[in-house]
Amino acid sequence: MSAAESVDTNPEVLLDISNVSLSFGGVKAIRDVSFDIYKGEIRAIIGPNGAGKTSMLNVINGFYHPQEGTITYKGSARRDMRPHVAATQGISRTFQNVALFRGMSTLDNIMTGRTLKMNKGLFWHLFRFGPAEQEELEHREFVEHIIDFLEIQHIRRTPVGRLPYGLQKRVELGRALAAEPELLLLDEPMAGMNLEEKEDMSRFVLEVNDQFGTTIALIEHDMGVVMDLSDRVVVLDHGEKIADGTPDEVKSNQDVIDAYLGVAH
Amino acid sequence: MTTGAEAAQAEDTFPKLLLRNAKKFAGKPAIREKSLGIWQTWTWDQVLDEIRAFSIGLSELGIGPGDKVAIVGDNRPRLYWSICAIQALGGVPIPVYQDSVAEEMTFVLKHAGVTAAVVENQEQVDKVLEIRETYKGVKNIIYDDDRGMAKYQVDGVSPIDDVQKLGREKLKNDANAEKAWLEQIAKGSPDDTAIILYTSGTTGTPKGVVLTMRSVVWAAKVANGFDKLDSNESVIAYLPMAWVGDHIFSYAQSYECGYCVNCPESPETVVEDRREIGTTYAFAPPRVYENLITLTMVQMEDAGELKKKMFHYFLDVARRVGEKILDGGEVSFGDRMLYALGDFMVYAPLKNRFGLSKVRVAYTAGEAIGPEIFRFYRSLGINLKQLYGQTEAAVYITNQPDGEIYPDTVGKTLENIEIKVDDNGEVLYRSPGVFKEYYKNPKATKETKTKDGWVHSGDAGFIDERGHLKIIDRAKDVGKLKDGTLFPPKYIENKLKFFPNIREVVAFGHGRDYVSAFINIDLTAVGSWAERNNVSYASYQELAGHPEVYNMIEKHVDEVNQELSREERVAGAQIQRFLILHKELDADDGEITRTAKVRRSFVADRYAPLVKALYDRKKTSQYIKTEMTFEDGRKGAVEGDVQIRDMQPHAPQTMKEAAE
Repeated sequence: MSAAESVDTNPEVLLDISNVSLSFGGVKAIRDVSFDIYKGEIRAIIGPNGAGKTSMLNVINGFYHPQEGTITYKGSARRDMRPHVAATQGISRTFQNVALFRGMSTLDNIMTGRTLKMNKGLFWHLFRFGPAEQEELEHREFVEHIIDFLEIQHIRRTPVGRLPYGLQKRVELGRALAAEPELLLLDEPMAGMNLEEKEDMSRFVLEVNDQFGTTIALIEHDMGVVMDLSDRVVVLDHGEKIADGTPDEVKSNQDVIDAYLGVAH
Repeated sequence: MTTGAEAAQAEDTFPKLLLRNAKKFAGKPAIREKSLGIWQTWTWDQVLDEIRAFSIGLSELGIGPGDKVAIVGDNRPRLYWSICAIQALGGVPIPVYQDSVAEEMTFVLKHAGVTAAVVENQEQVDKVLEIRETYKGVKNIIYDDDRGMAKYQVDGVSPIDDVQKLGREKLKNDANAEKAWLEQIAKGSPDDTAIILYTSGTTGTPKGVVLTMRSVVWAAKVANGFDKLDSNESVIAYLPMAWVGDHIFSYAQSYECGYCVNCPESPETVVEDRREIGTTYAFAPPRVYENLITLTMVQMEDAGELKKKMFHYFLDVARRVGEKILDGGEVSFGDRMLYALGDFMVYAPLKNRFGLSKVRVAYTAGEAIGPEIFRFYRSLGINLKQLYGQTEAAVYITNQPDGEIYPDTVGKTLENIEIKVDDNGEVLYRSPGVFKEYYKNPKATKETKTKDGWVHSGDAGFIDERGHLKIIDRAKDVGKLKDGTLFPPKYIENKLKFFPNIREVVAFGHGRDYVSAFINIDLTAVGSWAERNNVSYASYQELAGHPEVYNMIEKHVDEVNQELSREERVAGAQIQRFLILHKELDADDGEITRTAKVRRSFVADRYAPLVKALYDRKKTSQYIKTEMTFEDGRKGAVEGDVQIRDMQPHAPQTMKEAAE
């Protein structure tokens, strides 16, 4: 683990990615990428289309298994992991294309985020009686705090399919938060949003980080948002890491400018 | 609590009423708030406990008699408590519109000389902190919701909880604290200032209307008596606390007769929360009632054929006999049965949706309500009534008495209120509820209030043969065309606004050859229409300029012209040209007030090229570029050509058949 970073406060590393490579057949999606995520920071992963950002996220939460390299999460190294194992270890995420249960209400969708925290057996839950009822009440209260936090009281009982896109994204964030994650992965949380929705979402991301101390890794295309929100930025291009540092460092990096604006080779 | 009993003998201030209620209605709900999806209730005795702690805490912070304290936020129980907590100390609460921008708020805070502010959340704390940079007077900022406040380490910013804790500690450690507090309340006199309400003002800077305890308590008593309200009523508080209507309705009347006030979870959940509570007494501006209908009608368009047929059939039945049944008129047995069936199939579920199942009396005020809309609710069996009121009158001037409901009047005066109409057609009133003065503005006070207590309402109207007051327009707005024809702009605008497709209208004509109008379409209604008719659009501007939309609006304008042609006095004021504005009129751009009233002259100035084009018969369209403010305060611009339509006026018809 690289505690030898040039930061004076000696931050705790929550997730360390070292020399990870991932390929699908002959396509190399990620080539020998290393970076780390400190506990409590907001870490952005940016890059042009096809740079391997979402693949990186999928590697982190165990959906893809890299051929090479190691991932160290909370001090234990691994090469691959199942998504549900990742979830029990405190990693939760949202998706680029909203993946909610469209016919279910906002409340129920967020409740599904609590599934892993429920441990009364199927028997009790079938009858929704005794301990199961008690358990549901506790989880419901937790979910209500999330609803309050995300200011979505007015759509509590609305089927998610009927909601505008910006609100669906917010519900999805709610579901991810319901799992009380230590590491929250957000895949383009502001994609397709208007300015006001982006501002709301930015505020929520900052507040999640601030109030719950949740570590956040996010992929985002809107550079303004990235520069404002993140503590550190890693830039990928064609599966390779081309820059890593604070938003200001990255902004002035020539490779990054070339990757985004294109350069005559 | 011996001193408490003494103080409560006179029930002439709100803190005294609180002491009375804590005994008389102990155990009865005083206020509720929906929090985390569950209604939390405080009984009157609990409320006394909370307010006492809050109030003593405030006095520990140095707030005392005569101090002005601003209150900013949505309707939250603790903000309502702060009103009484401040009054108990002899201070003056000043509610401020929570969506006002920092400049507007700065004016009010400075003008009133506010020394502390009780605010809802971080957003408002930030606003007041910004104001504090130029106006140092605000020593304490006390907030309700601690979300996002953890990092604020600023002097004089503290949560209500801490203030109450301060109060509770004082109560515990100092045996005399409670006695002193009760003595302070006992010292309160009906001549004390109860509250200063800043009117949003369609022109100029806001004016602070000073109302005494005597006026406000009187208004509450009269209104409760008129509709026989008691401690079993339930109301929902969702209108701005800085509006006189909310203050009287959600605070004064509740303290006077002990009914329960319910605070919704958030401004967006009001409809659902109202349904859960089942309010028995309601008060809303016409806009709220209009929106409910528009929403229902839009949703009905998506319903199945059978349901749609049933819905419209029974609405027709209701239109025919509903109002007569409500007013106790004569209706045949068959119709009564049909209405009963309709009630089961349509009306009751609809009322339930509206949250008006249990309502005994519902009021509308602030603006004229469309007769169609008014009748719609009444025909469903909802006792919707109009009242006419003003901040300067502590609301109540005239109310429609049960059984005497005419959609075109605002009713009769309540007891002890006098009205008269002067030579210019302006309505004047006098009552125990009238305001003391405009704060620090003797000139305006003198202009509005005569020496013998009559107040100029600023509205033009007359008293009809039934003794009911009829309001036509703002006195200063009633104009004349070049040829001398009477031109009441609001009268015309309201007729148009009663169409669900039309949201806002600004009519022009004073000193001109003919009447013309700006129209704002209603995006919900017209958008739904566009969806059904495969009209595609990308923006408000594009939809507003669509020829099909123009055709539709033209039909509405023609109907209004036809109506006008039937009325002798205004037949000459038919609309001859109109255009649909390319952007919505918005309070952020200063085009309408926070209470959604159009600032006529401002709009005329801002869109001067359009007005000019309306009076140039040769022009059929006009290019315009307008700056607009987004909700986050940033500015942008909209530009484009706006089409102008010509209308064919109808020949004036005499009213002979109506005179029979």
